[in-house]
Amino acid sequence: MARLVRMDGSGHTTLAEWTARDDAAFEAAVEEFRGHLELGYIGTLPDGPGRATHVRELPREAGLVVMRRPIAGG
Amino acid sequence: MEAAAPDRGGTVLPELSSVPWRARTDKRWLRRWGRIWLAWTTLYTVPFIAAGVLIVALEPLAAPVTLAAFAHAWIIPELYAYRGASVVRPKGARSEGGEANAQGFLGDLLRHEERELQRRTGLALERGELGVWVVGEAGALLVMGRRRVHCFCVRASDPELPPSDRVAHLLLALREDEEGFATVANHAFAGAAWRVRRRLPRGMRPALDAARQAAR
Repeated sequence: MARLVRMDGSGHTTLAEWTARDDAAFEAAVEEFRGHLELGYIGTLPDGPGRATHVRELPREAGLVVMRRPIAGG
Repeated sequence: MEAAAPDRGGTVLPELSSVPWRARTDKRWLRRWGRIWLAWTTLYTVPFIAAGVLIVALEPLAAPVTLAAFAHAWIIPELYAYRGASVVRPKGARSEGGEANAQGFLGDLLRHEERELQRRTGLALERGELGVWVVGEAGALLVMGRRRVHCFCVRASDPELPPSDRVAHLLLALREDEEGFATVANHAFAGAAWRVRRRLPRGMRPALDAARQAAR
């Protein structure tokens, strides 16, 4: 089961879950993903030890996609 | 001069669009800044030492003035190092509500050793192409070649995030694009690792020690 997760004040919140074969669940996850992009979140795909990729579209085959806030120099 | 060369995760950090005037922070940039900081430190310490030696040579009774000059030569670099070490200290209001949840999420991003280290020190160790990073809630240290440390101020833009989520934000951004991460962050200090270590809270020092060990 793939998950779309948002990092927020509660630690993290699961926004959507889907499987590669479940089109309806995936479409719902895509809607959540796009909605959060519009709110200023950034999609990140943790893809192995020490690696992550910025994603602009929700990958159907992903195991976990994280929505994070932008970072800035402090 | 927006960054172009992707690394690590093969992507360019989207936040780079907020700092289009900055040159990409690569190894060459870091080495150059390391040399500039070394020259700057030499420039403001040597005159105090020279003046102290000269004063005591001319008038031995003026030894207290010499001691004051030497103290300046010691204290000023310490203040800069304190500023550098401060980037990983927790700052400002912290939302602790979801910390247990966030800690679990951050733990999933780390390997066993790094997870244990993060739980003990609050800092996450991350090996990169530029060196070994020590990531805190609102900043990161980059250890290059064991002896030199670059200190960066950088944070997630959401003040409601619990501490471990702040670390996770920085860790994910670092993994997406290491040079981009260093470019977006504000460079606060570069100098000797031992000097920064002295200015870190005791509980955080094992993280820097581990980074220096890993940077060998």
